[in-house]
Amino acid sequence: MDIEELFNLAIEALKGNIARTLLTMLGVIIGIASVIAIISLGQGSTQSVVDQVNSFGVNVLTVSPGRVQRMGGGGSTVDTLTMEDGEAVSKLSNVEAVSGEMSRSKTLTVDGESTSASVKGVEASYVEIKSLDFDAGIFFSEGQVGSNSKVAVLGDTVVEDLFGEEAEFYAVGETVRIDGKTFKIMGVISDSGEVLVPISTAENVLFGQDYLNSLSVQIENGDLMSQTEEEIESLLLKRHDIEDVNEADFSLRSSEAMLETVNEMTGTLVTMLSGIAAISLLVGGIGIMNIMLVTVTERTKEIGLLKAIGAKRQDILTQFLIEAVVLTLVGGIIGLVLGMGLAYLGSMLMGVPFVVSASSVFLAVGVSMGVGVLFGWYPANKASRLSPIDALRYE
Amino acid sequence: MNKKETVIQFEDIRKTYITGPVKYEALKGINFKIKKGEMVAIMGPSGSGKSTIMNIVGALDVPSSGKYLLKGKDIAHYGEDELAEVRNKEIGFIFQSYNLLPRTTVLKNVERPMMYSGVKADERKKRAMKSLSEVDVDDKAENLSNHLSGGQIQRVAIARALVMEPAILLADEPTGNLDTKTAKEVMEFFIKLNKEKGSTVVVITHDVEIAEFAERIIYIRDGLIEKDEINNRKRK
Repeated sequence: MDIEELFNLAIEALKGNIARTLLTMLGVIIGIASVIAIISLGQGSTQSVVDQVNSFGVNVLTVSPGRVQRMGGGGSTVDTLTMEDGEAVSKLSNVEAVSGEMSRSKTLTVDGESTSASVKGVEASYVEIKSLDFDAGIFFSEGQVGSNSKVAVLGDTVVEDLFGEEAEFYAVGETVRIDGKTFKIMGVISDSGEVLVPISTAENVLFGQDYLNSLSVQIENGDLMSQTEEEIESLLLKRHDIEDVNEADFSLRSSEAMLETVNEMTGTLVTMLSGIAAISLLVGGIGIMNIMLVTVTERTKEIGLLKAIGAKRQDILTQFLIEAVVLTLVGGIIGLVLGMGLAYLGSMLMGVPFVVSASSVFLAVGVSMGVGVLFGWYPANKASRLSPIDALRYE
Repeated sequence: MNKKETVIQFEDIRKTYITGPVKYEALKGINFKIKKGEMVAIMGPSGSGKSTIMNIVGALDVPSSGKYLLKGKDIAHYGEDELAEVRNKEIGFIFQSYNLLPRTTVLKNVERPMMYSGVKADERKKRAMKSLSEVDVDDKAENLSNHLSGGQIQRVAIARALVMEPAILLADEPTGNLDTKTAKEVMEFFIKLNKEKGSTVVVITHDVEIAEFAERIIYIRDGLIEKDEINNRKRK
């Protein structure tokens, strides 16, 4: 018998008892819907974190003082990373730009309005490394860094706190007092709450510190990232007279590594939640097997009749198997639509992008068909093995 | 009549059922021949073994020993799938009840045996309609089978049995669920098919009145043939 006929037969049989068909499908619908929603939301949140990490700059390595083992280690009190280290790193091949950074929390005032913000001393190359976007004005130049200029670039939220809303344009050229010292505002950067000043000014005028809190290194060729990472590591170890890597008084981190960590975390979460959803699929599958067994018993006489008019074991097996697969497949498709709807609502609530990958669609269709074959096999096989005499005599 | 070819030949057919320690011999050596174009009734009370004969004749079951030649071929040792093919091509079943698939149209019911032997859709429909018109129910082709009267159901069953042009029409208590008038009509259909088309008809029944529609009656009792005689009473 051809497959199309069998499909029609299966659909006829399932239409015969709509309520039961829907209830039987429910397990698969819930299972598939949750898997799809979880995967979609997982991908959405990964996407949003990836976007954030990428905004830190692509192909950027961050060197922090302090040992890796000390969680959150270092901070502003570890003084092992110096400006000289930065200069040495900048001479390595494949290093495009380097910017040392030192930062402290300071109070800013403008006409009696004051706010507290993280003030960061950076080099002129910082604007390139971090791909900063400007709402207004420009970044300070290398010359200004060299001459301890008292200039500052403010994040838009800081400007808002000090000058009020939508003050980005007239803020440029105005002055702001940091620790009682007057700074000229050069520019306003978007989506930021930081205050950037030349590193020399931070070192000599504001903080009075000569060590770095971190070092940002932009790599020229991203394919050689790990090689460059090793070069920087060995260079700094040599400079700091440390032989054992585990004793290093600094740590290196690439944006790639951060992405990996994020992917690993969301991956684990998605796997775990999908596992729970898979249990629901399993329960749904057992439900289908149960109902199919009842159906086989109910239709014993019909099976006897079919065998009497020439149905072979294979014909009966295929008919019932296709019935189970149609049942789960339709359930899977309903679940897919439902899951996408849930994911859409969820992504709006969580503020993450709505992502549905083709692979999750294939997964839904594939898994639901798989469940049909797996759990439909036993009842179908049982039906096909009925002896025609016993089946015809069954009351 | 003796010149005609033999369709069914039973040679010392025995059937023993074993359930645990209990052995039950349902058939104790049955011999008969049925020739092409005959209309035979196999009659006996319940427990006589006539249902076992019907199962073996219909290739639903195989005997424990003996030879069953269907159109010259011994099918007594056939496997499950071979028997299914024999049923499909050579046997046209008409049962007492549950003849048709529920929730399915008359046409699809009649087409079903052809689906198992791989006949193409358009030819299936053509043959099914022809078969239905032979039993005068072609106007019900698109009706659901559960919307038919008892007499109509038996006629559709006959149409389905005819559609594969089988070696025999095998009717198991075909009138068991019908009133006397409809039962007579159905039996007259068998006679008509037997006379006009030359169909070989085997009717299994416990009812003397039904058996007497046949031209030959084989009486079964306790697993043996009691009498095998030409029906001398007036055939209606």
